[in-house]
Amino acid sequence: MLLICCPFCGPRAGVEFKFERALETIVGPEMPATEAMSRLYTRDNPRGVSGELWRHSFGCGAWLMLQRDTATHEISSVTLFEAHP
Amino acid sequence: MSGPRRLAEAGRIDRGRPIRFRFDGRAYTGFEGDTLASALLANGVRLLGRSFKYHRPRGVFSAGVEEPNALVGVGEGGRFEPNTRATDVFIYEGLVATSQNRWPSLTADFGAVNQWFAPFIPVGFYYKTFFGGPRAWRFYEHFIRRAAGLGRPPRTEEPDVFEHRAAFCDVLVVGGGPSGLAAASSATEAGARVFLVEQDERLGGSVLACPARFDGRDMADWAADVRAKVVSTGGRVLTRTTAAGYWDHNLISLAERLGEPGQTPRAGGPVQRLWRVRARRVILATGAIERPLLFGGNDRPGVMLSSAVRAYVTRFGVLPGQRIVIATCNDDAYLTALQIKRAGGKISGIIDSRPDADSEIVRQVSLSAPVRFDAAPVNAIGGTHGVTGLDAVVGGKALRLDCDLIAVSGGFTPVVHLHMHAGGGLDWDEASGGFVPTSSRQSQISVGAAAGLDGLQQVLDNGWAAGVAASAQLDLETASRAAPMGVPTIAHASRIGAALHPTPGSPLKTTFIDLQNDVTASDIDLAWREGYRSVEHLKRYTTLGMATDQGKTGNILGLARLAAAEGRPIPEVGLTTFRPPYTPVTLGLLAGEATGFHVAPERRLPLDAQHESARVAWQTSGYWRRPRVFPKLGETIQQAGLREARAVRSRVGLTDVSSLAKFEIVGPDAAALLEIVCATSVSKLAVGRGKYTFMLREDGFVCDDGTVWRLAEKQYFLTSSTGGADRMAEHISYVRKVLAPHLRVAVVTSQERWAAATLAGPRSRWVIAQLLQAPPPSHMSALTGRIGDVDVRVLAASYSGERAFEIYAAATEMPPVWEALARAVEADGGAAYGLDALELLRIEKGHVEVGAEIDGRRTPADLGLHRMLNRRGGFVGAQGLSRQALQDSDRQVLVGLAAEEPIPEGAMLIVSKGASPEGHVTSAGARLSGDGAVALGLLVNGGARMGEGLWAASPTRGKLVKVRVVAPHFHDPAGDRFRD
Repeated sequence: MLLICCPFCGPRAGVEFKFERALETIVGPEMPATEAMSRLYTRDNPRGVSGELWRHSFGCGAWLMLQRDTATHEISSVTLFEAHP
Repeated sequence: MSGPRRLAEAGRIDRGRPIRFRFDGRAYTGFEGDTLASALLANGVRLLGRSFKYHRPRGVFSAGVEEPNALVGVGEGGRFEPNTRATDVFIYEGLVATSQNRWPSLTADFGAVNQWFAPFIPVGFYYKTFFGGPRAWRFYEHFIRRAAGLGRPPRTEEPDVFEHRAAFCDVLVVGGGPSGLAAASSATEAGARVFLVEQDERLGGSVLACPARFDGRDMADWAADVRAKVVSTGGRVLTRTTAAGYWDHNLISLAERLGEPGQTPRAGGPVQRLWRVRARRVILATGAIERPLLFGGNDRPGVMLSSAVRAYVTRFGVLPGQRIVIATCNDDAYLTALQIKRAGGKISGIIDSRPDADSEIVRQVSLSAPVRFDAAPVNAIGGTHGVTGLDAVVGGKALRLDCDLIAVSGGFTPVVHLHMHAGGGLDWDEASGGFVPTSSRQSQISVGAAAGLDGLQQVLDNGWAAGVAASAQLDLETASRAAPMGVPTIAHASRIGAALHPTPGSPLKTTFIDLQNDVTASDIDLAWREGYRSVEHLKRYTTLGMATDQGKTGNILGLARLAAAEGRPIPEVGLTTFRPPYTPVTLGLLAGEATGFHVAPERRLPLDAQHESARVAWQTSGYWRRPRVFPKLGETIQQAGLREARAVRSRVGLTDVSSLAKFEIVGPDAAALLEIVCATSVSKLAVGRGKYTFMLREDGFVCDDGTVWRLAEKQYFLTSSTGGADRMAEHISYVRKVLAPHLRVAVVTSQERWAAATLAGPRSRWVIAQLLQAPPPSHMSALTGRIGDVDVRVLAASYSGERAFEIYAAATEMPPVWEALARAVEADGGAAYGLDALELLRIEKGHVEVGAEIDGRRTPADLGLHRMLNRRGGFVGAQGLSRQALQDSDRQVLVGLAAEEPIPEGAMLIVSKGASPEGHVTSAGARLSGDGAVALGLLVNGGARMGEGLWAASPTRGKLVKVRVVAPHFHDPAGDRFRD
């Protein structure tokens, strides 16, 4: 079971969190359709570190960005979600 | 005299405490500290089971959890545990055990005929049966299915409680053998809070079977000191506790037994406990498991692992045989010989596969027992009750040895399971014939025999150093120096040696590699010949290592044979994945207390008490329990539903809609937020007005629907389906926080804050006006008012197709409002109605519902909703909708279906019998006005097929109904019933 360090709550058991999606698949409604569909469906799926959107659903509810290695499950960073310009 | 018996003295059992138990109906006596295996051996029982496929007689093979043969069912009723290793049960007063996989009895087992069929049932035979015709297969499948499996599961409910606990510690030491005790000792002294876990009932591990003394005392006394030390500094020592799995971020799951299999736990306490321990450092002192030798008949009762024989003699005070042959490839088996001689046993001979050995222990043993080098076993001879002799080859010449016990040692395999769960690496050690841990991904280290070390002094020092190092890494407040280890006094008996291949000349068809699954050396050869040459294929095709013992004694040997056939070195062939649990765990342990009523939470409506006293029939809807019907005396549920629905159509009805999802959306950008979440326009809604709306997923498919109301200039109220409530709340948060964080809007989930009731029917307007003492809102309008003392919000919307009003009040204030509404409805000749009636009403009206028509694969156009789409776009799903495939004219679209008899819900729609389905029935019910049945469905190109005759086919229910395609509304298509 993962141990995730929420910026507000500190280190908490993974069952309190929900994996939402890969960061690259955050698709704003104003994005052009072809780019949106490509972001959603044509994916790299790397064996290694990738950026993920999580939520501390059974805790404070914060939306979080994680850098997590998909092979080793090592979590190198956990920060509050911030929209990129 | 032949066979096993109890020794007059010695052993670590308590001879002052006899225990009575039963096996296969016969009564026996053992002592406290005995396992079921040791107690049965002491009573001369050699036959404990029948093998899986060939039903060969089997006896006790080992003295630990690696036991592949002696599997019995222990306990009675709901406490019965099948497939229990007799070597892993400690007897208690009244224990009841039965043998498995035999009929009618162990000694006269009908299944033994399988041995005559052996040539036809090698590995892979079952797979090959799939290539014949289905009729023949169905015939012999019946017999194969009956023969499959070993034990039978209990048929009575589990009476005991299983507990879950979480814990944290500085250092977790897995294994209470010498290296584990040393590590726990030094880590504790260095200031760490230590958890020490051991699967046996006492600490000591391999030294329990060995006469070593330490600091002048018995090692058991030293173990007790370590335990006291750990506990006194706030740590824990758990025995009968197996570390089952090593998960992410140093989380280890422990399965603790508070009672033996089948035993009644203490006064209502749990019978087992699952710990989830987050440790800062982990030390794996899991030891090593002995391998057998490969020769013909190596599965017979009376063939045992040499270290197990030593354990029975030294720890349990049992001599497993009267004329013992020891077959080995290392020095460790000579320690067994020493112990046998000390106990007064007779050794027929020692055969050692090495060309020579000159260590001190070999010289010592040679003085009192015949030792032959360059010697190996070829074939064990015997019958149902065990071996009677051994054919061996000594320096190329045949030799027959008379014996009733063959103690074998093919070397030792480090137990690396947890290390591998944690993502570690392995190196092949040729000299000892096993894989040894190398790199670790997590904060763990393997010590002692688990790390491939040899010799008691070495493993003690290694464990001690690891404990010190682990504590040092932790930067503890209470750090201090650990006193150095003492020196044990024992003859060194090296474990190093490997004999991984069958003795040349062994009959390969009875040379067993996986004892539990009956996989022989010839089976592995067959698999290789048939092309199954990767280790993953070998495993699945032969089932090597797939039994409950997970190949603990056989995997390396099977791997060696594959490598030899391939002509490649063993490390190149590789290993299959190690997966938790290390030993089998019962499902009850994993479930913990989430059973029965506690499997899922039950959510109750604010008006639950009212419905309970009205004696409704309940319907589970997600986690909610909602009224299905309000039955009158003598009615069936079906009759009640029809009556209630007709009451709504003709007079007035009252229903509870409190579980709907509800959201308050407030702020200057409230409309903007709604126009991202919902696919309809919202900004043109006037204050005090509402409209129907629906929401899409990113891929353009409809996922939910509801209503949106503008209560004030910058205040909106959104309702949506009960079933999708949690998902909608998540989605709105996602839009608010992730997609459009710049919007100036606040959202509150108010599902539970508001209770709601719907008044529906031609008389509803009159009833609500009476209660409000004011004119009710016009269709799709909202207003606030009071019913009695309670503030209410009234929204005029129709789901049933009749004029209707949704009345919202604070959940705590709703009961008197409901009472008032119910009385008024009753007085007016109407009725309360539940989910069944609601369903009948909305089907007739053609209203789609989440879960039925909205099944996650329909676009708005499919459901006839495309005219309501927000032309501006900008909503979630707009981009997905624009995809070409979603504009196809071939798509299934919403239609109505009419028939004379009930239409089965879920039935496929076909043009003629045997044709391919072109759609299906999504919702079905009775026609409320008149006879016959109506349904909604989805049909390819349905819009152009009005009037067509089709069949609704449900082969699984044996139903075929003639239906006619019609427009998807059967009642008031123009909506005159509820418009002003």
